[in-house]
Amino acid sequence: MSSNDVLGRGTGGDLRLAGLTKRFGSFTAVDHLDLTIPQGSFFALLGASGCGKTTTLRMVSGLEAPSEGRIFLGDDDVTERKPHRRPVNTVFQNYALFPHLDVYENVAFGLRRRGIKDVKQQVADMLDLVELGHLARRRPSQLSGGQQQRIALARALINQPQVLLLDEPLGALDLKLRRQMQIELKRIQTEVGLTFVHVTHDQEEAMTMADTIAVMNSGRIEQMGSPADLYENPGTTFVANFLGQSNLIPGTVEGVRGDVVTVTAHGQRLTLPADRCRTDTGAVILGVRPEKVRLAPAGSALPPGVNALAGGVVSDASFIGVSTQYLVRLPSGEELAVFEQNTGCEIQRPGTEVVVHWDPSQSFGLDGSQDIEAGADLDEESAA
Amino acid sequence: MTTTTAPPAASTPSGAADPGRPYRRSPLTWIREHLLAAITVVVFVFMLAPNAVILWMSFNQPIGKFDYDWNRFSLSAWKNPCATNEMCHSLGLSVEIGLIATLVSTALGTMIAFAMVRHRFKARSGINSLLFLPMAAPEVVMGATLTALFFNTIGPGSLGFWTITIAHIVFCLSYVVVTVKSRLAGMDPTLERAAQDLYATPLQTFMKVTLPLVAPGIGAAALLAFALSVDDYIITAFTAGNMETFPMYIWGSVQRAYPAQIDVIGSLMLICTMAIIALSQILGRARNARR
Ligand SMILES: Nc1ncnc2c1ncn2[C@@H]1O[C@H](COP(=O)(O)OP(=O)(O)O)[C@@H](O)[C@H]1O
Ligand SMILES: [Mg+2]
Repeated sequence: MSSNDVLGRGTGGDLRLAGLTKRFGSFTAVDHLDLTIPQGSFFALLGASGCGKTTTLRMVSGLEAPSEGRIFLGDDDVTERKPHRRPVNTVFQNYALFPHLDVYENVAFGLRRRGIKDVKQQVADMLDLVELGHLARRRPSQLSGGQQQRIALARALINQPQVLLLDEPLGALDLKLRRQMQIELKRIQTEVGLTFVHVTHDQEEAMTMADTIAVMNSGRIEQMGSPADLYENPGTTFVANFLGQSNLIPGTVEGVRGDVVTVTAHGQRLTLPADRCRTDTGAVILGVRPEKVRLAPAGSALPPGVNALAGGVVSDASFIGVSTQYLVRLPSGEELAVFEQNTGCEIQRPGTEVVVHWDPSQSFGLDGSQDIEAGADLDEESAA
Repeated sequence: MTTTTAPPAASTPSGAADPGRPYRRSPLTWIREHLLAAITVVVFVFMLAPNAVILWMSFNQPIGKFDYDWNRFSLSAWKNPCATNEMCHSLGLSVEIGLIATLVSTALGTMIAFAMVRHRFKARSGINSLLFLPMAAPEVVMGATLTALFFNTIGPGSLGFWTITIAHIVFCLSYVVVTVKSRLAGMDPTLERAAQDLYATPLQTFMKVTLPLVAPGIGAAALLAFALSVDDYIITAFTAGNMETFPMYIWGSVQRAYPAQIDVIGSLMLICTMAIIALSQILGRARNARR
């Protein structure tokens, strides 16, 4: 502890949660979270409303005591430390700006509490960073939502915390402002180089901003990885449905030969790479993203080695400029979504008989015992 | 100053007055538009008339002992507000009791309000209803009960200053708790979390965030407590022993004499109250203008 300052701010380091659990009565809001968030990274905690994101952040900031588990900042165990003794700051979901203080005093609040007398320069610099220097003497109630959001950010950032927690900071903004603030936040994070833990229920927001995403569901981490990783190789049906859209086809593993897994689904043989398949026997759910699937007129020659499902009929085609979105009904009654890039190819009319096919290396295989619909409705809800 | 030219009549929405022709509206519309204003004026007159009469009668030179009929204008009551020794003594007593009762009930009541809003404990809803009891109970009953209590605990000879004060604290407390509680309940709890998150110790959080935000509620509660205490008659009469507070003096004097000085004191109280309200508004406006 000798090298630490008054806040116990160590020489830096990762934020590590070990078996972190929070129970409210018999209800488990956060369930054995094990996470390591590297120093300086932009980390997103993605999950539907009520899955325990805010509770997790509150435990990290010290505003909620965990029922079990430990929290480490670098090598320091901060689990028992009071919130005002932790080098962690939060941008709250509703901003929580002090209504009785003006913008300047709101931003200076943290510095003053730590006994720093000369705050003028720092506050001015911070207000410049969020481009609101001209509003220093306004009250929070006289600011727009976007401005309040940036003041909340400035108020937290000025303390140069080891970790900055952002609880759905853009949730209250309209779509256009949200996109703008996403870019802004990313710029600021790059500029200040602090660890950002960004909580959101918006998968697009998480994908565009974060280096690493942890997908949370009912208090647990479903999967963690880079945005591309999660999108290309989801580990559960929840992640496959919650992050973007997926075609999920139930089938059975026929066998594994070398690094190729063979699956039968709807009486047709499909293959996928063994390292993208999470089960090697029994029931499997084979998934493929809509933009990886191609359409071919029935009976036409297909490239060799593709996964193909024949006998489909186009049930819906919507042309949206950059692409055409199809729904193809398979003989089994199942509907597949297909996004075809507008590269000049012919648009298939509803009623046309087609073969859907895709590159086997673009499929992923999931454990067949899961709920195939998990996470699908949540995504629509949060997108609305 | 630039003058704006009226837009051509064709572009004005239908129903708007055309400056060229006199515009006729039905009398019903006129009544509808002025009804609210009329009722407001009537209500204000109704509420303020007694105060106006007090102010007016304080400048009277009464014939005889009762300042009930207008005789002629005089400043004598204002020049000599203590008509009798007892009157100013009773007023002093009322103010003294009022200040102590206000101080104690505001401090206690604020703490109770915090406990009720911030903490979840077993007896919470029970205590909540108990707090309403002094407000709901008829004052005569409260007064009689308190007398019985004091008789049986500290004895009949002890009725006086402290028993009045205790009784006043008892009934003011409920009003303070209710007033502060509503202010606290309307306060966003994340503000205090934000303060802690920004390195404020629990004490700093309370002094820098909680207290400034709840202060208007506490102030209102204190004013209410003082007003309730200073003007209470029924409970005071039960617990006063041979002490005489200002309301008791007035009540008694109605039988013996009613000097114009009572109206002077009444007017002074009114003026003080209005001055406090005006001052707080001027201060508030000045603070807003400073930004
Ligand atoms: N103080 C509390 N008491 C009881 N249940 C709570 C409390 N705080 C949160 N919860 C519950 O825990 C779950 C997770 O809440 P929260 O972390 O706020 O979710 P999120 O931020 O992901 O929307 C919710 O079901 C919520 O009802
Ligand atoms: Mg939340």
